[in-house]
Amino acid sequence: MLFGFEWDLTNPLNFAISILPILLVGMWVTIQATVLGFFVALVLGLVLAVLKSAQSRFVAWPAKLVTEFIRDTPLLVQLFFLYYVLPEYGIVLPAFMTGALALGIQYSAYTSEVYRAGIEAVGKDQREAARALNLSAANTFTHIVVPQAVPRIVPAMGNYLVSIMKDVPVLSVVTVLEMLNVAKIIGDRTFDYLVPLSLVGCLYLIMTLVASAGVRVLDTHLPKQGLPLK
Amino acid sequence: MHWSEYLLPLTEGAWVTVQLTVYSTILGGVLAFVFGIGKLSSNLAIKSVSVGYIEVFRGTSLLVQLFWLYFALPLAGMAIGIDLRLPPVVAGVLALGLNIGAYGAEVVRGAIQSVHQNQREAARALNFTPRQTLFNIVIPQAIPEMMPSFGNLAVQNLKDTALVSLISLGDLTFRAEQIRNFTQDSTTIYTLLLLMYFGMAVVLTIIMRIVERFAGRWRMAGS
Repeated sequence: MLFGFEWDLTNPLNFAISILPILLVGMWVTIQATVLGFFVALVLGLVLAVLKSAQSRFVAWPAKLVTEFIRDTPLLVQLFFLYYVLPEYGIVLPAFMTGALALGIQYSAYTSEVYRAGIEAVGKDQREAARALNLSAANTFTHIVVPQAVPRIVPAMGNYLVSIMKDVPVLSVVTVLEMLNVAKIIGDRTFDYLVPLSLVGCLYLIMTLVASAGVRVLDTHLPKQGLPLK
Repeated sequence: MHWSEYLLPLTEGAWVTVQLTVYSTILGGVLAFVFGIGKLSSNLAIKSVSVGYIEVFRGTSLLVQLFWLYFALPLAGMAIGIDLRLPPVVAGVLALGLNIGAYGAEVVRGAIQSVHQNQREAARALNFTPRQTLFNIVIPQAIPEMMPSFGNLAVQNLKDTALVSLISLGDLTFRAEQIRNFTQDSTTIYTLLLLMYFGMAVVLTIIMRIVERFAGRWRMAGS
C-alpha cells in the first residue's frame, strides 16, 4: 500500500491497473517539479543572457564561464552539491525545492543561449531602421526586438521544458517522490519491478508526446514575422 | 583527511567514467547511423523500427531506461525463461548508448537530408546505385554537418554517465559519494567533483573539435 492505494498482485494486468493511481500521484509531483524548474530556468537564463551581453568584459566573461561550467557538469552532481553543501552554510531547503532549483540552474545555461540566439536573430537592419525612426534604445528593445524574437524563442524553450521533464527522475536521489521513485518503491515492496517501471516508461512516453505536440502547435500558431505591433 | 588524499580514489572513479563515456559514445554512434539511415529507408518495416526506437528512447527519461534495463529486464527474462541479468557495467553502457544513439539518429537523419538534391541527381546521372550514392556521395558530405551536434551529444553523454552511480557502478560520482559518507566533508568533495567533470568536459570538447576539423576536410572533397 502506498498513498492509501492497495495493489492487486493476482496478475500483471490487475497489478498495473491497481498501481496506476499511485503512479499518477508521482506524476503530479513530476509535473510540479518540471514547471517550477522551468520557471527558475527562464528567469536565471534571462539574467545570464543579460550579463553575457554586457558591454563590460569584467561582467560578460565571468557570466560566460559560469554558463560553460553549469553546462559541462552533471545535473546529479549539481543536485548533490546543493542538497549537501547549502545546509552547511545555513541554507536548508526542502528536497523538492532543492531539486527544482538544481533543474533550473542546469537548464539556465541552455535557456540563456536561447535568449541570446533569439535576440541576435533579429536583423541588424531592424535596429538601424528603429534608430532612423528616432526610437529610444528601450523602445527599440521592447517594441521592435522582443516581438520578433519571441516566435524564435518560444519553440526552443518548449523543447527544454520537455528535457526538464525527462530529467526530473534524477530528483529521486534526494528522496523526492516523483514518478520513478514511486515505481521503485512499489518494486522494492512487491519484488516486481517489471510492471511499475514499464508503466512509468509508457507514462513518460505519453507525457513527452503530449508536451511535444503542444510545442508544435504553439510553433505553427506563432506568427513567423513576429508578434503584431500595437 | 586532507583533500589531496581524495584524489587517488576520485581518479580511479574518473577512469571508469572515461571508459563508460568512450564505450557508450561508440555504441551510440553506431546506433545513430543505423537508425538515422533506417528512418530514411523506403522499406516500411525498417522505417517503423527506426522511428519506434528513436521515439521510445528520446521520449522517456534516461534514468527510467537505466532502471528498466537493470531492475526490470531480469524479471522479463525470468518470465520467458532466459537469464537477462546484466552486470551494472553492461546495463550502464547499454542504457547510455541506446539513449544517446536515439538523439544521434535524429542528427544523422537531419544531416543526410541537408545534403543538396543536386548531389543525388548527379550521382544518378553517373549511374551510381542507391547504395553507392548513400555511402560514397551523401554520407561523406553529411558527416561534417553532424560533427558539431555530435560534439554536444558527447559532452551530454559524459554528464549522463554520473547517473550510473545509482546502479552501484563505481564511477566518479559513486566514489565521491563513498568518500562523503566516510568523511562528511561535502563541500570539498563536491567542489572537486564538479571541477573534475568540468575538466573532463573541456578535454572532450577539445577532442571533438579536432575530430570536427579532421572531418571538415570531407566537405571539400571533390570540389
